[in-house]
Amino acid sequence: MEKPIVEVEKLSKLYRLGDYGASSLRESLGSWWTSVRGKTASTTSHHAKEMLIASNRIGPTPNSFWSLKDVSFNVRRGEVIGILGRNGAGKSTLLKILSRITEPTEGRAVLRGRVVSLLEVGTGFHPELTGRENVFLNGAILGMTRAETARKFDEIVEFAEVGAFLDTPVKRYSSGMYVRLAFAVAAHLEPEILMVDEVLAVGDAAFQKKCLGKMSEVRNEHGRTVFFVSHNMGAIRSLCESAILIESGRLVMHDTPQNVITHYLSSTIAGQDEMDGQVFWNADTEPAPGTDDLFLRGIKLKGISGATQSMFEADQAINIEIHYQVAARLRGVRFKLSILTQDGDVAFVATDHSFQPTTLAPGIYRSVCAIPGGLLNRREYVVGISCDIPGERMLIAQGEYLGFTVSGAGNQSSNYPEAWPGAVCPRIDWNVQQLDTDEFAALPSPTRLVAAAR
Amino acid sequence: MSQSTLQENFEIVIEPNRGWMRIDWRALWAYRDLLLLLVRREFLSKYKQTVLGPAWFVINPLLTTIVFTVVFGKVAHISTDGIPPVLFYLCGLLGWNYFSQVVTTGAATFQSHSALFSKVYFPRLTVPLSVAIATLCAFALQAVTFAGFYLYYKLCTPEAAGLAPGWRIVFLPLLVLQIGALSLGVTLWMSAATAKYRDLLQLNQFIMQLWMYATPIIYPVSKIPGKWLWLVWLNPMSTIIESFRICIFGQGTVNPMYVVGSVALTAAIFLSGIMFYQKTERTVADIA
Repeated sequence: MEKPIVEVEKLSKLYRLGDYGASSLRESLGSWWTSVRGKTASTTSHHAKEMLIASNRIGPTPNSFWSLKDVSFNVRRGEVIGILGRNGAGKSTLLKILSRITEPTEGRAVLRGRVVSLLEVGTGFHPELTGRENVFLNGAILGMTRAETARKFDEIVEFAEVGAFLDTPVKRYSSGMYVRLAFAVAAHLEPEILMVDEVLAVGDAAFQKKCLGKMSEVRNEHGRTVFFVSHNMGAIRSLCESAILIESGRLVMHDTPQNVITHYLSSTIAGQDEMDGQVFWNADTEPAPGTDDLFLRGIKLKGISGATQSMFEADQAINIEIHYQVAARLRGVRFKLSILTQDGDVAFVATDHSFQPTTLAPGIYRSVCAIPGGLLNRREYVVGISCDIPGERMLIAQGEYLGFTVSGAGNQSSNYPEAWPGAVCPRIDWNVQQLDTDEFAALPSPTRLVAAAR
Repeated sequence: MSQSTLQENFEIVIEPNRGWMRIDWRALWAYRDLLLLLVRREFLSKYKQTVLGPAWFVINPLLTTIVFTVVFGKVAHISTDGIPPVLFYLCGLLGWNYFSQVVTTGAATFQSHSALFSKVYFPRLTVPLSVAIATLCAFALQAVTFAGFYLYYKLCTPEAAGLAPGWRIVFLPLLVLQIGALSLGVTLWMSAATAKYRDLLQLNQFIMQLWMYATPIIYPVSKIPGKWLWLVWLNPMSTIIESFRICIFGQGTVNPMYVVGSVALTAAIFLSGIMFYQKTERTVADIA
């Protein structure tokens, strides 16, 4: 039997919390000085962090935690495997170890083929160099020889649609062109193993579609192995043959994409016992979703009473509040709120784009999305949020943060407590009455009507 | 398909603690095209969007030489061992500039590439190596300029007529190689240290300046008082610069023991630099 192309055995990665951010000489000297004076190094600053680490992730030494713990799985040649998990669960750490950017603390992985990882589009592009020069440079960084890049060059340029600007320095490119060229280089490499992390989140819809098309082509025609991290459940379902779910650094499930998606979204709903209907990040102790310029503070689900809750009556409005902090002047910011069903189908996506002021000054903001009563079905939903400046950059990659349940007799679909199909169930008005006359009686005959319709 | 059958036995093993001194030669060779491109990028980006372009590689040392000639030659009257001051300084700067430019550019390796290093794998040694090679190209330009000046002084001025390179000139390439190894070693040390302590990047400029004055560039070794000669022992660059002068002018003070010491120190710095750098590169993505 053929050996699996990727074998992962008990891979673990320990992070020290103090390692976040580059340490300064002063800090190191400071802790050295305190230890010299016979006191134990102060841990007060990290104390709060310790408290927040999930108990099963606490590492062997103080202030350390397992970003990844005892993850084992195999991947067959030609398999496309989806990786699901909440932000911070350890997905990126896994990809970083497998693409040799950082070393594991324990465990071992064997890769039987050349690996190309696309953890971010356009890394390695040099702004002063032209598009043509950058294609070769980026190809080389991703491990192609000059001859290989030259052979693929025309295909890459055609895919990226930047033909006319080939000899322009990429610093003059629009962000769309930049992303297209970068994805094109990586997609046309011929690695045996391709790792893709959220890159499809950037770029416009047409390009995303093109990228997804290219990825299924890579799978179908070239038989390559693909690792695909995404919050796009639809893409995972259509591209992947299997999926793994990572929770708190551990692999909890390796199954068909549909089963993993359902399990993942159910656990998002079930995982919020005390903090019913809200989630928040303490900026000092754990990285909040977002960038330095804009990051989430918290999300609240509120009912008509104004209290946070996670159970709602079907005929009542739900206010979803997104609290976020802006640290730099930003233009054209857009939040996207997706309501997903437990199976990963998108019920609908709402955006505050036309409700946002064009420029956001630094400060704390709240965007409230009011979902009217009588819209959602009687079932469980998951709230996904992303934020970007369209055509420019991603600020918060799509993530699923909260779940809620809609129930109650007020449901408009039916008074019976049966499961009702459909991602949503909007209140549709019906009118039922008894008639005195048959309006069809005056028509010549039903058979002629059918004929006319033909 | 033929490609994948070729790579049937190709295996990458990812494990913690890959020893101290393992250089992945196979990976370095596989990424040779990247090395060439990085060299090109390093060389071109230095003068892109400047009016005079690569001429700067030549103008810079000339300007410094003029300053040295006025300040140390004409004002301070520091001896140049009977060599015309312009040639003396140019020769010293030729060797020194190669060293200092590699170190100042390369020391920021982890900072200037942190975005890249945290997203893509490639042999990290290619970056400092490309700096050393690109700077070698600048060195070649400067060497040609120097040769022109040397020829002019030898033919047109009486005080340089007695200077001649002699048979020792054959050692010159070895000296350049030693500067390359030493500068790479120091660069690897500096960049690994600055990856953890960014403060050191600010100190870097100062360290290099101090190092320059501790190296016989504006003065000959023959004028160093006996009680300070131990400094020459400690500084591998001293022996290299003084050997440069012997090879080129046939004049200078080099004790064979100094050469042995200088080469041994260079080797030690180079090898320990690779070790330290590789230890840092494995986890640098966690810090940045």
